[in-house]
Amino acid sequence: MAALLEVKGLKAFYGQTQSLYDVGFEIETGGITTLLGANGAGKTTTLRAICNMVRREGLVRFDGKDIKNMPTEEVVRLRIAHVPEGRGTFTTLTVDENLRIAAYTRRDKVAVNRELERVFSYFPRLQERVQQQAGTLSGGEQQMLAIARALMLGPRLMLLDEPSFGLAPLIVVEIFRILRRINEEEKVSILLVEQNAALALDLADHAYVLETGHVVMSGPSAVVKNDENIRKSYLGY
Amino acid sequence: MEQFLQQLASGLANGAIYACVALALVMIYVSTAHINFAQGEMAMFSTYLSWQLMSWGMSFWLAFIVAVVLSFLMGVLIERLILRPLHSAPVLSLIVVFIGLLAIFNSLAGAIWSYLIKEYPSPFPKTSFGIAGVIGPHQLGVVVVTLIVLGLLFAFFRYTPLGLAMRAAAQNPQMARLVGVRVDWMLALGWGLAASVGAVAGIMVAHIVYLDPNMMGGILLYAFASALVGGISNPAGAVAGGFIVGILENMVAFAGNQIEKTTGIYIIGNGEKLTVALIIVIFVLTVKPAGLFGRVVVKRV
Repeated sequence: MAALLEVKGLKAFYGQTQSLYDVGFEIETGGITTLLGANGAGKTTTLRAICNMVRREGLVRFDGKDIKNMPTEEVVRLRIAHVPEGRGTFTTLTVDENLRIAAYTRRDKVAVNRELERVFSYFPRLQERVQQQAGTLSGGEQQMLAIARALMLGPRLMLLDEPSFGLAPLIVVEIFRILRRINEEEKVSILLVEQNAALALDLADHAYVLETGHVVMSGPSAVVKNDENIRKSYLGY
Repeated sequence: MEQFLQQLASGLANGAIYACVALALVMIYVSTAHINFAQGEMAMFSTYLSWQLMSWGMSFWLAFIVAVVLSFLMGVLIERLILRPLHSAPVLSLIVVFIGLLAIFNSLAGAIWSYLIKEYPSPFPKTSFGIAGVIGPHQLGVVVVTLIVLGLLFAFFRYTPLGLAMRAAAQNPQMARLVGVRVDWMLALGWGLAASVGAVAGIMVAHIVYLDPNMMGGILLYAFASALVGGISNPAGAVAGGFIVGILENMVAFAGNQIEKTTGIYIIGNGEKLTVALIIVIFVLTVKPAGLFGRVVVKRV
């Protein structure tokens, strides 16, 4: 089976500074893949490079199509939903508006409302706060909002940048349980970037380990998880 | 009493104009954090366009609509052709560009239509409109037209998907791209809308201040003051600020006249109303630096 997302020889630059040197990986349709690595390894940059948010070189192919020269807003239209670092909440908009903005190109109001219902079935907490200004939500709720908004795009692939960041352990468990459901029920493939390697390896079926802009290791999650060397050298637990 | 009501009405009419120009400034400010110094001159140019269309035989309202549409296109073009290439330029370069635009529009209007002051018609019927002794037909018309335009804009931003996309693009451009919003076009649209609102203000005020290339200079100053009083990042606040400044300046003149009448001592009059209004604005800003309605964004991390 052809990979849903194929990345090969990816380089990325912030101004003059190169932060990715040779990143390559594949994501299978319906799978959950995780990118692990220490701070500064290039995990976030890799996600940003896929969506063309940084200057990049190399191959990025989605569903067999080269998307290297596509601007960010067009990449999104291929139904690649990026949940960015820091959640990207539209703080002055309401929860409802934060969700509807992801469906603004769609004229079919009935379908959008149906979509909202479906999204609320994953995140009933957001439904209770639907008219609230999104900036007043708690961190966990904002993370839920970010994932819910990504779902409103009807994604085939979801890029998640540290969904556990700064959240209480109980909330993190809840969010990861929802991600598993989304993957299974909505058939959304997921590329997950995480600091919390143990958590990520439990969710993902495939893992890549990054170090200073290179992929240094990859394999099925179970293998990576049980390899003492990888754990000690790269994952630090 | 009658004089008081007259001053109030004239304050409302002026305030409506300031509100429109202030809103145009704020619309560009919220999405780019820049103040378009050329906003007033663009409005003046639009007003000349409508005058030209009328002199070619169009009716007032047809010329009004065509000029507003042309202004929209002008705003979009300025953003796409001039500001787009400068989007990562330092602030000072942009200020120079804005001042350059101001000078260009001013001299362009002078070159095309000359600096001679022209009369500009009022579209509102002289009789059966307005309230005798309180508010004149043109003043009432200005207030009604601007309120309709402001209401339409509010509805557009609040209730349409495109309006929502524009607000999202202004608030968090990077995230807006990630939900598929074409942020560059939203900026251009914002410029178009701002130019249109400015055009409405210019066309409405031209009957009062007469048509000449420098007609918007003072008004732009009042509009800045309005936007700052209301809160430069808050569109509704800017509109409120416009009305506050408009009424305030007339009340100052009214109070001055009353004092002169009762005591015979001249303190302030029409000549000083801009000064006094601006002093009050500065006072407001020292007490509330974000403006009266400047939103303190609630944010939990």
